[in-house]
Amino acid sequence: MQFASAIFAADVEVAQTIGFGIIAAVMIVAALNVVLSKNVVHAALSLVAVMAGAAAQYLLLAAEFVAVTQVLVYIGAVMVLFLFGVMLTRAKLGKDTDLNNDKGWLLGLPIALLLLVVMAYVLIDSFQDDQISGSGEGRIGASANILLSDRIFSTYALPFWALSFVLLAAVIGAIVLARKD
Amino acid sequence: MLINMFLLLGAILFCIGVYGVIARKNAVLVLMSIELILNSVNINLLAFDRLNGGNDGAVFALYIIAVAAAEVGVGLAMVLLIFRNRKTISLDDLSEMKG
Repeated sequence: MQFASAIFAADVEVAQTIGFGIIAAVMIVAALNVVLSKNVVHAALSLVAVMAGAAAQYLLLAAEFVAVTQVLVYIGAVMVLFLFGVMLTRAKLGKDTDLNNDKGWLLGLPIALLLLVVMAYVLIDSFQDDQISGSGEGRIGASANILLSDRIFSTYALPFWALSFVLLAAVIGAIVLARKD
Repeated sequence: MLINMFLLLGAILFCIGVYGVIARKNAVLVLMSIELILNSVNINLLAFDRLNGGNDGAVFALYIIAVAAAEVGVGLAMVLLIFRNRKTISLDDLSEMKG
């Protein structure tokens, strides 16, 4: 197949491809553990592995600022929120057999597999063996981050403001919802 | 590197997340599956960003990370409220909307 042979073509960066493969395998195993685990805390910790792997993939894609933000926001803040959620809802520690819908996999598995087949077919059909070209030089370092912040505060300034209001509303909403009185 | 490696990884993670949303009953675990989906979208955005040059994809990825943080905050507050009122966060028990 075109796609499979292109992975091993001569002009491919071998080190990056091997690194990608290892990280991707870890991510997929951890993601499966998130949706299949019988232990809520284990699922949360597997989610940490998925997010750390995603940060590593962002580094491979030469998006260092997004990778750092991913580690700070997701692994730092969102995971603590999730663990607080697990703690405050008094989830059973250890194995819990009541986490899944009865016969939930009967509906979920066909839908997920169908989605995967359709998306994989479309992607392989349309992108075939397109390479990510160039070394990514100029996409990392201080100058690239200056360009990124310029873009945020000029072209995408309006969404940035909107996002600030979303975050403000979310913080106030979360306090109002969770307050005890 | 092939662009398709990243896009297929995103597709696989997306499908795992969709499976989790459908099959899980615990509300916190459903929120975790939604995070999986958002992460897969971010991988796709950054892969296209790298393919096309420019940095618009990175900007959108940062915005998605911020929206996801807001979503988890509100979502977990709602789950907490449901737990306080019902003593359960099983989504099957929240069936008032059923006719």
